[in-house]
Amino acid sequence: MTAAEIALQPALPLRLRIRQADSIVALLLLMWIPLTLYVMFGSYLGATLKNIVLLPAIPATIALYLIAVTSWRESPVAVIGATLVFFWLFVAVSAPYLPLIDPNRPIAPFAEIGAFKKDHWFLLGADFKGRDMLSRNLWGCQRVLVWGVSATLVAYAIGAFFGLIAGYLGGWWDQAISLVCNIFLSFPVMVLFILILNYLGPSGFNIVIAVTFASAPAIMRIVRGLTLDTKSRDYIFAAQTRGEHPLRIMIFELLPNARGPIIVDACLRLGYTTVAITTLTFLGLGLQPPDPDWGLMIKESTKVAMVWKFSYMLLIPALSVSSLILGFNLLADGLREMSLRD
Amino acid sequence: MLKLLASRLLQMIFIMGVISLILFAIFDSDKFKKQIAVNELGGFAVSALSDQNYQAWLEKKGLHVPFYERYLNWAGGVARGDFGKSFEKNESVAGLLATRLANTGLLAFWVFALMIPLSLLFGVIAGMREGSFQDRLTSFISVFTTSLPEIATAIILTVIFALGLRWVPSNAAMVNGWDWRALVLPVLTLVLYDFGYVARMTRASMAEVMGSQYIRTAVLKGLPYRRVIMRHALRNALIAPFTIIVLQLNWLLSGVVVVEVFFQYAGFGKLLLDAALYGDIYVIQAATLVAVFVAVLSQIVSDVGYTFLNPRIRFT
Repeated sequence: MTAAEIALQPALPLRLRIRQADSIVALLLLMWIPLTLYVMFGSYLGATLKNIVLLPAIPATIALYLIAVTSWRESPVAVIGATLVFFWLFVAVSAPYLPLIDPNRPIAPFAEIGAFKKDHWFLLGADFKGRDMLSRNLWGCQRVLVWGVSATLVAYAIGAFFGLIAGYLGGWWDQAISLVCNIFLSFPVMVLFILILNYLGPSGFNIVIAVTFASAPAIMRIVRGLTLDTKSRDYIFAAQTRGEHPLRIMIFELLPNARGPIIVDACLRLGYTTVAITTLTFLGLGLQPPDPDWGLMIKESTKVAMVWKFSYMLLIPALSVSSLILGFNLLADGLREMSLRD
Repeated sequence: MLKLLASRLLQMIFIMGVISLILFAIFDSDKFKKQIAVNELGGFAVSALSDQNYQAWLEKKGLHVPFYERYLNWAGGVARGDFGKSFEKNESVAGLLATRLANTGLLAFWVFALMIPLSLLFGVIAGMREGSFQDRLTSFISVFTTSLPEIATAIILTVIFALGLRWVPSNAAMVNGWDWRALVLPVLTLVLYDFGYVARMTRASMAEVMGSQYIRTAVLKGLPYRRVIMRHALRNALIAPFTIIVLQLNWLLSGVVVVEVFFQYAGFGKLLLDAALYGDIYVIQAATLVAVFVAVLSQIVSDVGYTFLNPRIRFT
């Protein structure tokens, strides 16, 4: 269907338009809510609930992957990116059910790759405390993914909200919001992270706050620009004439029509946030031990593994985080390519 | 033009004032005073300290003075070029900052000296023919290198060149005096990360210029291809990369933190992180202000430089 034909179609009512995307949104929620519950509030869930909470997320993840691959099959770059991202998502939701040993159990310190010690086969070796690297590495993606995506989502919600207000209302609102954003944007990002996390203390929730402060101003600028661009379209004037509330216009008319560039930017930003979380944990300002995540594994290994023989302790988490970020970046590239082609 | 410059500079001074005030207010809280005490005296000694002795300690450190008075004193000192004294290292912040900045400046110099020619060369060659083999190769390399975060690049380079081949040392603390070989890995890490972004921007700009009418005219006139590229295309194609390269200074100040901590290089980034973890307020203040100063200044330079290079753009 060409763009002209789409434009000629009678506009669907809002409720129906949303229902078209219903199944995908439902699947996303089915994957995301259990994962978030498991990682953020795992200690409040209780043992039985914790054991089953991730079960519905596994088929949801597989279904989403199949949908993604079939709908993006025209762009191999996007498919490769989606494969990388969904591989880690799948590992994250299925980690409790995979045949892995407890990632925090010390068994055989400095066991090398492929060593068989104490009735356990160390496929990827063990770290300096004797914990299985394969298990730690696979479990590690849970925390990075959950905190990274949550931080990006919160930053987007806040940045987009202020961007819509600044762009749509203009005037004093625009001036005030832009001034505050300029103050935050004049910090180098890492300096801002260090200052905020040092003030709030290191934890996952504080990373979300720090990422919001660092990314929301940039998101606000993008959304503001897109809003200024779409504001003068006829359908906005139509909505204004109908007497719709400005908030309703912003959220239901402006935002959906600016979604293309926003989705591409969100993919890139997911990559940045993943980098930020890993780096902050490495610097000792992020997630706290003992549960594994990639930044923490790097941080712990830099003190003990600076020899060729044990370099796998550093390489494995480094390559894992790189593959996830590569996935996000390729996805962004592929989506941009497809949106340019339309 | 002058008016624009003046308003940007004024805005910068305003932003720096606001930031210093906020930072002072944050680090004036009791929690951070305690943190300095714990770091200096040890956690046990602090918990054993009587209230009176703690007050005496605060007085000795000059921390008992009310917030606004301390801030005014500090601001007055900054106006005279005195940035206060570090709590952790007990030396003047200005001297400390100067040595660390010089170290980071050296790192940054080599990063730019390698990154600019490399990324411009790759970007221009890729943009000359869109969709050609070298174009796709450059895109592939740049997506790949920008996807590796600095921490991963640092690890991979260290494992290969320091631990495996043993060509260069794996850390750059330089306890036994100056050693240029220790600088190789930090510089390479930063270059590899930044190269891809600048190369892609150069490519986009070059590809746009190559598609324009005047290049087609020059080619159709029968000018040698080399001359078309060197004389006609490059002049316009390099305007956008210039602004992007200047803006990389801002990025470098964040990237440098990870790299300096990983390689234990005594530079600005490590100073900032150490000071933040210690609660060393005057060092944090000075370092943050320097970072913001460099970031905003690079934005101004890139804007002003752009109007010089591209006279079609005029700020009103």
